[in-house]
Formats: sequence, structure tokens, C-alpha cells
Amino acid sequence: MKKSRTDMIFNLSLVALIFAAVIIVENIPGVNPMLSTVLKKGSIYALVAVSMNLLNGFTGLFSLGQAGFMLLGAYTYAVITIPDSAREKVYMYVKEGSAVSRAWFDNISNALHMSEDVSKLLIMIIGMLAGGLIAAFFSWLIGLPVLKLKRDYLAIATLGFAEIIRAIFQWDKLGPVTNGSNVLRNFPTFKTAVFPLTVSALCILFIVLLINSTYGRAFKAIRDDEIAAEAMGINLAHHKRLAFVISSFFAGIGGALLAMFQNTLQATPFKSAMTYEILLIVVIGGIGSISGSIIASFLYISASEWWLRGLDSGKFLFIESPAVLRGGFRMVVFSVIIMIIVLFFRKGIMGEKEISVTRFLKLFKKKDEKNKEI
Amino acid sequence: MIGKLFSTCLPYILSGISVGGQYALIAIGYTMVYGILRLINFAHGDIFMVAGLIMVYSNVALTPLFMNMGLSAGSAFIVSIISSVVIVLVLTVILGLTIEKAAYRPLRNAPRMSVMISAIGVSYLIQNAAIYITGGLAKPYPASGAAMPWLSDQITIGSTSIKRVTVITPILTILLVVALVLLIKKTKIGMAMRAVSKDFRTSRLMGIEVNNVISVTFFIGSFLAAVGSLLYFTNYASVTPTSGAMPGLKAFVAAVFGGIGSVPGAVVGAFIIGICENILKGLDNILSTAGVFKDGFTFGFATFSDAFTFILLIVILCVKPTGLFGEKNTDKV
Repeated sequence: MKKSRTDMIFNLSLVALIFAAVIIVENIPGVNPMLSTVLKKGSIYALVAVSMNLLNGFTGLFSLGQAGFMLLGAYTYAVITIPDSAREKVYMYVKEGSAVSRAWFDNISNALHMSEDVSKLLIMIIGMLAGGLIAAFFSWLIGLPVLKLKRDYLAIATLGFAEIIRAIFQWDKLGPVTNGSNVLRNFPTFKTAVFPLTVSALCILFIVLLINSTYGRAFKAIRDDEIAAEAMGINLAHHKRLAFVISSFFAGIGGALLAMFQNTLQATPFKSAMTYEILLIVVIGGIGSISGSIIASFLYISASEWWLRGLDSGKFLFIESPAVLRGGFRMVVFSVIIMIIVLFFRKGIMGEKEISVTRFLKLFKKKDEKNKEI
Repeated sequence: MIGKLFSTCLPYILSGISVGGQYALIAIGYTMVYGILRLINFAHGDIFMVAGLIMVYSNVALTPLFMNMGLSAGSAFIVSIISSVVIVLVLTVILGLTIEKAAYRPLRNAPRMSVMISAIGVSYLIQNAAIYITGGLAKPYPASGAAMPWLSDQITIGSTSIKRVTVITPILTILLVVALVLLIKKTKIGMAMRAVSKDFRTSRLMGIEVNNVISVTFFIGSFLAAVGSLLYFTNYASVTPTSGAMPGLKAFVAAVFGGIGSVPGAVVGAFIIGICENILKGLDNILSTAGVFKDGFTFGFATFSDAFTFILLIVILCVKPTGLFGEKNTDKV
């Protein structure tokens, strides 16, 4: 008990330290703008990867629907929060115009004399929560038939579900709500990395608490042996649905954050390739490790957005060869690295372990003891 | 009225049958690999795409070569197409076998999830490599358009005129499938395949070289995917790095629909999906002709032609998870 408390204090102070560092870094002018991008996108991917890990790593449900739930969250957020003054322009290709209005919110915020900043923050939070809830609702709906399926069938059914969602959102009959296949924009977004970091830190904290609760232990039991878990009195259907809905809720919030990060929103990038990307992050970090997923997300985003950029533009480290190092080479190198991890380091960075200061200290202690024996 | 309706439907049905045949050729690869390894080979759709790219590049390289040898432009093109077909078949099979050896064989004793992740990784790698090589651009397919003699010729059935390849595809598919079924039922290697798909370990104890059987499976799967790709892309204008993903997934759904592990099932499933999908593409048009939709009203069914496949998948998995011809599999504790 004492050990876990030390760990928790250590981890919390680590998070606090990172936050302080981020705030300082963001306020120093002239810092590499890439760093800010990495922090923003990395924190969003960390949240989505952890939510996927909750399903794949902790409950043993191999689901590939993440992109679909992110799409739901992103669209819900955008549709709810676009200011009414901008709607006409955004929905200009739709004959009927926008069917949704946020007048209800603006009225409340005017009545309460909220300042502009507070009102913006509030609608962002409302939009994100709504995005998460819509994603959760749809996951509950699709979970009813799909969660009965076994491993690979579940994977392919959830993948298919994501494709169905994408088709529905591009349907021109839904234009007044989703803007058909046109771009949604002008919704409120964040400027600094503090916002996405705070949101994903809170969400991940919730997931960690969930995993350490009775529910989390039930999830792990289901992962390790479904039949044994059922024999121990765990309600399989209930717990699987719970994990699925919670994971989708956070995927929805992650999707909303991604929409804010991108400034514009379209359904096309939410393809199965996005789910694969997140799955590979989870694998790199270690299936069944929260801290692994977080570390892997930041590594993945830094590598793909920043460190390996040179591979695309003809100059990397000391090599200069525009013929080989042209557009797309970065991703080839990257996918080779991923394949090496998948084939030879199957446990990923962390395996099933978490960052823990007590284990780290123990490592030294053992070494000391060994030295004494000698 | 009925005659008019029929002539509106006919082109959609014909192209549906043709697309179905192409899906069938891909689906066989999925269903056979799944039957033996219990692995959804996510890279299969990308193998199909690579076959298309090989055709593009080998034709570009070979046509000037044959022209230098003194052939006229027209005949050089035909000779280069024919030799490219051979190159496509050989290289695609080599690619399939290499993937199996490099990415799946080292994980033979690993949990099934790891193998599936490896398959996803391979798919990611192939797509990225294809983006790098093509520069992310769509490459025009040499055999499409008017350039390809004979196969692209227009022929008339009833009142509709279609490309000859549309008629050739289902016939060729059925011939290949019959040959494959004979191979599985009548030959020694076919017997070994059936044994391995029934019980992996026992067949190894019985002295079957399991790795060889798996290689043969990948050989057949990749070969048929290459044939499918030749037919598929002849109908379309170009190949892009992601153009394998959707046909791949649909072919997999076809395999599940027909009962995964069953070759005839995959073929039937593929034809059903191909036909339904194409009818859906033209349903607005058909219903307007039939007078159901009036005053130029449309529903936009075509948006759902891809999604339909997955709706079908979810329905079939819920109603009859073993598919049309699949064997019932019970979990033992």
C-alpha cells in the first residue's frame, strides 16, 4: 500500500513538473514551433491511445473502431460549437443552411454576463462532453450486437462500423447538420498546448483510477481468461460493454481535441489508417501499459512530425541525397522501425509495466545487495 | 416500361457480376489463409494494389525496350503487356511468399493478436512504400482505356454496350475456382491443406510439412490476387497506393459472408456483394426510372455503396456468424 502511494506521489509530481515545463517553454519566444505541435498532437494521441489500450490491452477486446468514434466526437464538437454568425459561410454549399444553432448557449451566456473567454471555454467543454457522449451512445448501440463476437470478427466488425459512420457523415442528405462532404471550420480552438494537455491528463487520470478499481480488475480477468472470469461471477456482457462505452467516450473527446488542433474538419482522414496508426502506438508502448502508451504517443508524434522530417526534404543528419530522401521516405523508414518493434520487441517499450519509482529504486537495491554478497 | 427498367438495371448487374468476380479472386486468398493460420491477412489488399503498380511500372519499362528491338509502337505495346502480365504474376507471388516468411513465420507460436498486428504493420509498410515510390500520385493503368486491344473492346449485350473484360471476368473466375477446388479435393497437397486447416498440431505430428503447406497457400492466394488485380484495374483508370484497401476489406467481408475457410462460400459471397454494391450505386437511377422517385428526387444511395458491405457484415455476424457455408466451431474449455 505504501509503495503504491510513493509511486502515486512521484507520478503526480512528474505530471506537475511537465506542466510547469510546458508553460515555461510555451512562453519563451523563439522556441522551436515544432515542439508546441508535438505537445499538442502528442497529448491528443496519448489520450486516444490510452483509450484504445483500455479495450485492447486491459479488457482483451480487439477493437478497430477508434477512428469512427473519434469522427463522432469531432463532428459533434464542431457542429455544436460553430458560432451562429459564422454558420452561413461554413454551410454555404448546403441548400437548406445549418439546421443546428447555438443560440441557446449564447442566450444563457449573455444572461449571466459571462466574459468572452469564459463563454468560449464553457462551450468548448460542453462541445467536448457532448462529443464524448455521442460517441459513447453509438458505441453502446453498436456494442449490443458486436460485442458477442470473438477476437478477429470483433476487429473487422468495428472496423466496418467506422467505415459506415464515415459514409453517413458524408451523406448529402445530412448536409444541414454535417455539412456533407464539405469542410467544417470556424469552431473555437485552443492556442496553447496547456489546454489539450490538461484535458488528456484529466481523462487519463480517470482511466487509471478505473483500471485500479474493482472494474479494472474485472476487465483484466476477462482479458486473461474469459471463461474463468465468468465462473468467478463477473458479468461478461456488462463489463465488456462498460469498457467499450468508456473507451469510446474518451476516443470521442480525443476526436474533438483533434478537430480543434486541425482547425478544420472533414470526414476523409478518419479512415482505418488512423486506427492502425493508433494501434501501432499502443503496440510500441506496450499493450497493457498506460505510461507506455503515453510515452509512445509523444515519441511517435515527435518522430513523425519533427525528428524524421529531414528524410522527406533531402537532408537527414549528415546525409544529403535529394534523389532518395524525397517525399514519403520518412514514413517508409518509420514503418520499417514499427515492423522491427512488432516482430522482435513484441513487448514494446514498457511491456505490461508502468513507470514506478519504487521498482526503479528496488533495481538499485538489488544491485547493492549483490555487490555485498560478492 | 418493364423493358426500359430492365435496360436500366442491366449495366449495373453486369458490372456487379464483374466486380464480384474480382472480389472473389481476392477473397479466396483471405479465406484460405484464415482457414489455415486463423489470421486475417490485412496485407492481402495491399498485395493486390502492388500487383497493379508492378503492371504500371513494368509496362513503362518494357515498351521502349521492345521498340528498340525493332517492333512497331502498337505491337511493342502488346508484347510488353503480355510479358508484363507474366512479370506481375511472378513478382506478386514472390511478394506474398516473402511477407509470409518475414512477417508471419517468426510469430508462428505467438498469440494470434501479435500476428494480426504484424499483418496491420505490413499493410502500413506496403502502403507507405507505395506512396514513396509513386510520389502519392495516381498512376494510369496501361491496360485500361482504348489502349488495351481486345480486353477493352466494347461489346453489346441487349441494348447496353460494355467492355469485354466485364464478361471475361466471371468466366475466368469460375474456371480458376473450379481448378482450385479440384486441387484442394483431389491432390496430395490439397489433402495436406485440408488437414492443416482442421488441426494444425496433429497434422504436424502426422508428418505434414506445415510450413510448406502455408507457403503453397500464400502462393495460391497471391497468384489469384494478381489475376484479380489485372482484371480489376483494367476496368478502372488508375492505381493509387490506397486503392487496395477497400477491395481488400470488401473481399474479406465476402469471405466472412460465405463462411470463412470455405472457397465456394467466398466466391458466392463475393458475387452477392459485388452485385448488391453496384445495384446500390444505380438505385437512384433505377427507382427514378421505375417511377418510385418523382420530380428528380434522389436519396443518395451511392454514398452507401461502401458502407453497405459492412452493414451486411455486421448483420451476418449477428445472425449467422459461421457464414453461408462455414463449419460450426465450438470453443472447448
